[in-house]
Amino acid sequence: MNHLVVLGAGTAGTMVVNKLARELELGQWDITVVDQDLEHHYQPGYLFVPFGTYTRGDVVRPRRDYIPDRVHFVVGEVDVIDTEAREVRLTAGRALPYDQLVIATGTTPRPDQTEGMLGKLWRDRVFDFYTLDGAVALNEALNRFDGGRLVVHVTEMPIKCPVAPLEFTFLVESMLRERGLRERTELVYVTPLDGAFTKPVASKLLGDKLAEHGVIVETDFMIEHVDNDDPAIVSYDERRIPFDLLVTVPLNMGADFVGRSGLGDELNYVRVDQSTLQSVDHDNIFAIGDASNIPASKAGSVAHFAAEVFVDNFLDHIQGKPMRHAFDGHANCFVETGDGRGMLIDFNYDTQPLPGRYPIPGVGPFKLLEESRLNHLGKLAFKPIYWNVLLRGRPVPLPTRMTMAGKISEEDVLTP
Amino acid sequence: MPLATIDSREIHVDDEGFLTVYEEWTPGLAKILAANIGIELTDEHLAVITFLRDDYPEQGQTATLRRVTNAGGFPTKQLFQLFPKKPAKKMAYVAGLPKPVGCV
Repeated sequence: MNHLVVLGAGTAGTMVVNKLARELELGQWDITVVDQDLEHHYQPGYLFVPFGTYTRGDVVRPRRDYIPDRVHFVVGEVDVIDTEAREVRLTAGRALPYDQLVIATGTTPRPDQTEGMLGKLWRDRVFDFYTLDGAVALNEALNRFDGGRLVVHVTEMPIKCPVAPLEFTFLVESMLRERGLRERTELVYVTPLDGAFTKPVASKLLGDKLAEHGVIVETDFMIEHVDNDDPAIVSYDERRIPFDLLVTVPLNMGADFVGRSGLGDELNYVRVDQSTLQSVDHDNIFAIGDASNIPASKAGSVAHFAAEVFVDNFLDHIQGKPMRHAFDGHANCFVETGDGRGMLIDFNYDTQPLPGRYPIPGVGPFKLLEESRLNHLGKLAFKPIYWNVLLRGRPVPLPTRMTMAGKISEEDVLTP
Repeated sequence: MPLATIDSREIHVDDEGFLTVYEEWTPGLAKILAANIGIELTDEHLAVITFLRDDYPEQGQTATLRRVTNAGGFPTKQLFQLFPKKPAKKMAYVAGLPKPVGCV
């Protein structure tokens, strides 16, 4: 009997066990998935919790409901992966032997890694919405907010869902206008990047949008600490940005056991080949989703497209055949821009987000890099697709590899 | 790939002026590159540059700011003093390496 162990029953882990449960022969493969708790969270929903659009119940479902019957679901915490003995050791003592291992433990916000972030102002004036508890606490704070300096901040890249802090800014700006608080509020967006986003065309568009809404943008800001006495974020080069309310995206790190097991980079992301997702250190270890170090966005869409490529490769791999499929880093994301509108971006390792129509050239119906009400509706409509289709590893009628069909090329964008 | 003449040599650069051929860098070039961005190269700067250049072939990519601190042992504050405002970009430029993966 061969043992496949998958660490993490989040988006990537759940998709992978669903797909492989259908492909791997019952008598030959035993599949186990491990996670720390029983709740599967729809993380894209966290963005809406601070605004009261979603509550806890809207974004949580039992993990078990999405794990196929033939898969063993173990609840536990990973201590270390013994790559020599080929076993995963859990903190409670249990050891899980593996022939093939897939690490899908994602990335976690780590406010503890920035001096002062977990000081006396944490969840009093300093919030994050990258956890459900954080998003709920922020909802309460926003309901009490009566104007002042509201700073939205990103600690360091990469973060999962890189557009979320921008979306939050647009949504909070709309909210403040609706509540008649916009005049009384100074909105500041602080980023370690040199622009609003990581890719040039989108960065310009989103940056212009922030400016349109009177949001002050501070770039190249590497936070050193949070000053809890005279509330401000302070950078390594001594810039001070005071705040009345701080909404920060803390440092995002992969699981600590990845570092302990000698498999990760400085942020505990598993070092893999970006085309095959195979560990560069061990042939029988793969990483999928936010847990890997591939130079693509950390996003559910990337995990979905990667899972499709990974599964095809894995089936060849276990038969001793070379892996022929290459993941291209495809990502797409709806970007909320406030006032019931949104944008859609579609890109990969080599191609930045470009304007056009998606998924059908010319027809769409979604506009790329352009605001529309339909994009906003698309974002909301995605939730049932996530639960019923995506998570269960069922086919989604979108091409796995990013295509230029329907897009205006960079050359044509820049030379009108 | 565009060619620039630096220090009377033809060097391959990208459209931002970053060197694209690892082997074409020399310490003499580093001095000029640093001067281009208003930095007077000292031994302190060179220690950082040396780390970056040694690390690059092993890792296959330019070290991030975090890696330069953690693996290189140079405190982040110091890096901001040596290469003001945009240390990651400036260090890579002076070291003749690609900009660190900008993050996605």
